[in-house]
Amino acid sequence: MEVLQLLISGISQGCVYGLIAMGFVLIYKATEMVNFAQGDMMMLGAYLAYTWINIAGMPFVLGVVATIVSLAIVGVLIERILLRPMIGEPPFAVLMITIGLGFMLRAFAGAVWGTETKAVSNPFSGNVIRLGDISIGYENMAIILGTVILCALLFAFFRFTRLGIAMQAASQNQLAAYYVGIPVKRIYSLVWAMSAALAAVAGVLVAPISLVEPVMGFIGVKAFAAAIVGGFGSLPGAIIGGLIVGIAEQFAGLYLPPGFADTTAYAILLIMLFLRPEGLFATMQKKKV
Amino acid sequence: MTDVTAGALQVRNIETYYGPIMAIRGISLDVAAGQVVALLGANGAGKTTVLKTISGAMEPQKGSVHLNGEPIHNLDPDVVARRGIAHVPEGREVFPFLTVDENLKVGAFSRRDAGVQTDLEQVYEYFPALRELRGLAAGFLSGGQQQMLAIGRALMLNPSIMLLDEPSLGLSPKYVAEIAAIVKRLNAERGITVLLIEQNAKMALDISEYGYVMENGRIVMEDTSERLKDAPDIQEFYLGMKDEGVRGRRRWKQRKTWR
Ligand SMILES: Nc1ncnc2c1ncn2[C@@H]1O[C@H](COP(=O)(O)OP(=O)(O)OP(=O)(O)O)[C@@H](O)[C@H]1O
Ligand SMILES: [Mg+2]
Repeated sequence: MEVLQLLISGISQGCVYGLIAMGFVLIYKATEMVNFAQGDMMMLGAYLAYTWINIAGMPFVLGVVATIVSLAIVGVLIERILLRPMIGEPPFAVLMITIGLGFMLRAFAGAVWGTETKAVSNPFSGNVIRLGDISIGYENMAIILGTVILCALLFAFFRFTRLGIAMQAASQNQLAAYYVGIPVKRIYSLVWAMSAALAAVAGVLVAPISLVEPVMGFIGVKAFAAAIVGGFGSLPGAIIGGLIVGIAEQFAGLYLPPGFADTTAYAILLIMLFLRPEGLFATMQKKKV
Repeated sequence: MTDVTAGALQVRNIETYYGPIMAIRGISLDVAAGQVVALLGANGAGKTTVLKTISGAMEPQKGSVHLNGEPIHNLDPDVVARRGIAHVPEGREVFPFLTVDENLKVGAFSRRDAGVQTDLEQVYEYFPALRELRGLAAGFLSGGQQQMLAIGRALMLNPSIMLLDEPSLGLSPKYVAEIAAIVKRLNAERGITVLLIEQNAKMALDISEYGYVMENGRIVMEDTSERLKDAPDIQEFYLGMKDEGVRGRRRWKQRKTWR
């Protein structure tokens, strides 16, 4: 029973990692840039949710929509102002920009919302579903369900819409995408908007089970490890990587001495880099969004 | 400064650089509407760079490119494409993880008109082999099939001008003949203007009306294709290759990747 209970909380934590990891992968596949501030984008999403729902008093669903839209706009602005001028610069310079962006976002959040923790009102907290001995919190259900829906939407988008296919084209061969008339620069903005929207959803979903504070984005580092485990090149890989890390973490917390749980992600990453450096999904999904 | 009457594409005194390296040293050329024009030259002469400059992938430091009298040399390549110039790049550059069908449909990304579906049918009619492979990822196609796909994808733009960069490179004689026939047919049936780069000078001069010869970033000779075929230099340096056969020609030119 305990095992099943752990499995479920592992899955829900893994979904959060997976959502952030998909944000990494989306941007990396399209633009070959790594956005180290992806976790901090999620933090900003949680604060925006707090702002729209708790301060502005929006109903939950409307507040979530407002959070997604506003963070997507922030994503586009970041791309236009900070990253577009960096096209063609060496990767480490881009890396420094996004690491710096993370610092800026944390400082901004601390300055605007203060450093004491916040809680986002939501319809889930406190409710549980009981299945025999297992109890599943509504918050965890929401995370799992939200992730499943989002993955289905993303899959359909990339598979069936002309914009999604054009995005795949742009990430497979940038110059050829230009030659067929795809506005590649606008696609990049869109990719940033999408990964910001993913971060917003992650922020909204994680807020009920975690404290909203400026440093909550540090789980982005674990999500980054999850993305590498998944191959850093595939969206399904990102989710699977996230689930592996999330589940392993829960069991490490139970069976290993205290303190080990937080290092699980890196242990898995190291094992992965030894056994299969290209990641789980790399060969199958190379260069596919 | 620009002579609008001259027709579809006018390139005037362009100079294009790769960083400090000057690849194009002042080139002018004209492609009149409805013409097939060949651009010949040895490896490294700068032919590909000329096409990239026309399609907007590279910006010329000096000079101008006009399409139907309008300057296009400051436009992004996607905008140039939407103006009706389809660039079929060296090495084909299909989208390897998209299916054949998706490759073709994404070629019409910028179009909203009702003609897209008919054009798709047309492309499958030009290249029946592609129809059979429509569900297959393009990366699995042979070189010749990928070349057909690249040309088909460019056609989906419904272009008025096509820039073809060595479409016969590395292909068997059967495919070379097929490509030549298709280029002629596109020109005759759809009135598409063609600027064609070819290592296979015989094929290029056979299907073109006019030709330019490049060397070291400059144009060193230009004339009607008929007269170029008879020019001693051309016979020696370009048409002399034909006795070596396809295999020799294939090795002569190494496939390289651009960045
Ligand atoms: N990416 C690049 N960076 C630096 N120099 C380049 C680059 N691409 C081409 N060049 C140089 O520019 C010159 C012209 O190259 P270009 O590719 O236009 O020649 P080409 O006539 O198309 O040759 P080929 O027949 O081999 O395709 C060559 O001297 C080449 O070395
Ligand atoms: Mg070339």
